[in-house]
Amino acid sequence: MSTSNEHNPSKFHGIWALTKRELKKWLKEPLILIMAVLQPVIWMGLFGKAMNLGNMFSGGNLNIPSVLQISGSAIVPPQANPVYISGAAVSQMFSNLGPSIMQNIFGVSDYFSYMSVGMISFIVMFTTMFSGMSIVWDRRLGFLNKVLSTPVSRGAIIVSKVFNASLRAMFQATIILALAVVFGLQVSSTFNPINILGLYAAVFLLCAGLSSVFLALALRSTKWETQMAIVNLINLPLMFASNTFFPISQMPDWIQAIARVNPISYLTDAIRQLTVYQLDSSSLMFDFAFLGAFALVFSAIGIALSWRYLTK
Amino acid sequence: MSEEIIKAEGLTKVFNKHLVAVDHVNFEVKKGEIFGFLGPNGAGKTTTINMLITLLRPTEGTASVIGFDIAKQHDDVRNVIGVVPQEYTADEDLTGLENILLCADLYGIPRKVAKERAEELLKLVELTDFKDKKVATFSGGMRRRLELACGLINRPKVLFLDEPTLGLDVQTRTATWEYIKTLKKGFGMTLFMTTHYLEEADSLCDRIAIIDHGKIVVVGTPEDLKHSLGGDVITLSIKDDPDVTELIRGVENVKDVKKENGSYRIKAENGEVTAPFVIETLRKKGYIVTRLMLTEPTLNEVYLEYTGRSLRDTEESAEAFRAQRMTMRRART
Repeated sequence: MSTSNEHNPSKFHGIWALTKRELKKWLKEPLILIMAVLQPVIWMGLFGKAMNLGNMFSGGNLNIPSVLQISGSAIVPPQANPVYISGAAVSQMFSNLGPSIMQNIFGVSDYFSYMSVGMISFIVMFTTMFSGMSIVWDRRLGFLNKVLSTPVSRGAIIVSKVFNASLRAMFQATIILALAVVFGLQVSSTFNPINILGLYAAVFLLCAGLSSVFLALALRSTKWETQMAIVNLINLPLMFASNTFFPISQMPDWIQAIARVNPISYLTDAIRQLTVYQLDSSSLMFDFAFLGAFALVFSAIGIALSWRYLTK
Repeated sequence: MSEEIIKAEGLTKVFNKHLVAVDHVNFEVKKGEIFGFLGPNGAGKTTTINMLITLLRPTEGTASVIGFDIAKQHDDVRNVIGVVPQEYTADEDLTGLENILLCADLYGIPRKVAKERAEELLKLVELTDFKDKKVATFSGGMRRRLELACGLINRPKVLFLDEPTLGLDVQTRTATWEYIKTLKKGFGMTLFMTTHYLEEADSLCDRIAIIDHGKIVVVGTPEDLKHSLGGDVITLSIKDDPDVTELIRGVENVKDVKKENGSYRIKAENGEVTAPFVIETLRKKGYIVTRLMLTEPTLNEVYLEYTGRSLRDTEESAEAFRAQRMTMRRART
């Protein structure tokens, strides 16, 4: 009887071979990748710039007469003569109110800086959702069966898809971040170029967890329509029940409950801590701990399910 | 030469608890032979092949490939087999060479060895000139050849071919047969293939198993199967149409003689040897043979004999025809 394998491939060999295949595919069609970045950029431009929250609360939006008369009963102790305040001074006061509200609720002085980094979570989510689709296509085209008849480990198939989604997301995150800076993103004083590496790490962790979830959902599926329906059903709720667009503290309790377990919130917060916020290392630690646990648990589940379900 | 490369014992696959796709199948494939599974669509051919290449777990029974149990030692099985699937599985965005190297990577073959083998295989399947073209630009025949090259990259001991010429035109089909014959001769490889083309099974396979409704109906060489029907048919006409039935019946190896519309229909073993004897016997008695035709039984008749229906006239196609007619009717109104 022959030996089992003359070359004895390591587990990593299969992962690398399959990841390389996907990388080659997108390097050949870079346009598709660029197109995928377009959507968050458009959101960033329209939503981020149009929703000028900081300016809405400023004095310019109030009709303040040049001189304000305040009747006696409002002032303690009561005085016989009305007090006159300069309208300009009040206007000045209100002007400072907007940025101060922004700073207290959003943590940054302008809404654009807040939401544009949130767009990185947005693109991560989209990219991972489509990793589920890609395994469905591999199955439909027979490629998956071919791989399954080779000694490549079942887990390697999942891991390579996760890697591919992560690399894609990191690349797209870089583009989005660069564009946001061009459009007027203001980084905080604690920002350091090394933070970008932290950002990549956080993106990778969410990618690993989320794409494992979507891959697990797609393991047995041959219909990309089903996959599409799942993506459409999940993506907006997951997006809005997080801190991507609005701070969690201002949400009703039940949405807060969802947002606090939503891993998107933790990625967004980690990215903000690393870029636009004054860095609070304890909350950054917590973000990473949550994302790490999420990634670990779901990629383990994904790999375990692939062992069980890729062979019928 | 009698070493068993594949051995299936009571191999069974049941889908969704009641759909029996393969029903207690037993067979052996010997070293160096081309073994064919012949049957209509839905007979269980692909399900059997998918169990042997470890894509499906058998519900019952076992099978071994080169001594490795397909259920327990699947990684060992995967290492020694090559697979050419029914579909075109090559990645359309990659070039021919990139696809072959990807296959090599999946087996963990070192890059240097892989490149040498890839060149060799591209030459074998005559794709060297197209190796740097995207597979999306390949024709059906070229893709099938590329699949063949991919299936051979790990120098498999057994090659599994699932409907290797499905959807190919006659010319390409014949060319593919030639490649398969080369593999058998040049590498002494064992091949397991499924097909629903009778000509293919007849011209390629050393032994055939006819499978129907998930069961193997009969196994044998194409020749044996044809002979089991009672030999060849000699049809001849004699000048002035005399009655010589008894005379012909007396010739050695003649099994049966019937007179139909002025000609004789003779069933005989080894028709090509028996026919001259018949002519000789008749001439000695002064009869002149004016016309002679020798027909060998085809696999289609064998198929008909064992499954009770012609391959070209399966229930599936009748249903498909009805469905098509319904669609056309709906389209018209």
